[in-house]
Amino acid sequence: MAAPDTGREGDAIVRETMPDGDRLRRLLLKAAGAGIGVGALLAADLLKPTAVLAADWNRAAFSATSLSEAIRAAGASGSIDSGSIVIKTVEIAENGAQVPLEVTSNVPDSQSISIFVEKNPMPLAASLSFAKGALARVRLQLKMAESSRIRVVVRAADGKNYHASREVKVTLGGCGA
Amino acid sequence: MGEAIKIRASVQGELTEIRFLMPHPMETGQRKGPESGKLIPAHFIQSFSLTANGALLVGGQLNTSISRNPLFSLYARGLKPGDRIAVEWSDTKGDRRRDEVIVAVS
Repeated sequence: MAAPDTGREGDAIVRETMPDGDRLRRLLLKAAGAGIGVGALLAADLLKPTAVLAADWNRAAFSATSLSEAIRAAGASGSIDSGSIVIKTVEIAENGAQVPLEVTSNVPDSQSISIFVEKNPMPLAASLSFAKGALARVRLQLKMAESSRIRVVVRAADGKNYHASREVKVTLGGCGA
Repeated sequence: MGEAIKIRASVQGELTEIRFLMPHPMETGQRKGPESGKLIPAHFIQSFSLTANGALLVGGQLNTSISRNPLFSLYARGLKPGDRIAVEWSDTKGDRRRDEVIVAVS
């Protein structure tokens, strides 16, 4: 996997994350004129959509081609081995294009789960953050280029990182998929 | 804008499982077109969010190594029939898609 063509696509994302700059500006000006604060707009749900989205896709971490660099850029360094992270997956995957994975973190106050496929060309596959009301648990499907260890890093509210890993054998790589 | 996201929320008492499928090619950028023989540029969902009644539950950032047509299960506490569950994604081309379901009476 070559690093994604970054520059141009990145710009597109930035444009999209500023939902209709003009509309927003007009809205703010209008609101200011009418003596309505931004808070009121927020409360009215007008400013919310999509600003959260794609706000900070961690390009450095996702584009990193070495495991150590991906872990460092994802802020997942210095993790402690933990039995409180449960990883469910298959031992042998016949199709590397779709390897099922379920991660449940029983680490108290888990804030995020990051999933690394150690031997993929870009090891960091996903990073999920959990807000109040959500369980630190996820099921998804991964592409795996070859047999590899899957490493899961959980960050707790106190900023400490914990990890667990599982080995998966792949008989047919999924990177061309 | 892509096809509609399929979202299903099943309430089991206090716990709700939210399954959703986001139709998307998730091109890795290293696959060759069957006819052209040329690399198909990377095109994948970079971010998604799951919200309940407008409040963020889970935010996700993804790479090319998530399978095509990503299917996720996530879990929430305390949801009830009538709550609005929404999923929204944005991809490397700046496309976005948002869909919503109302939690049904189980």
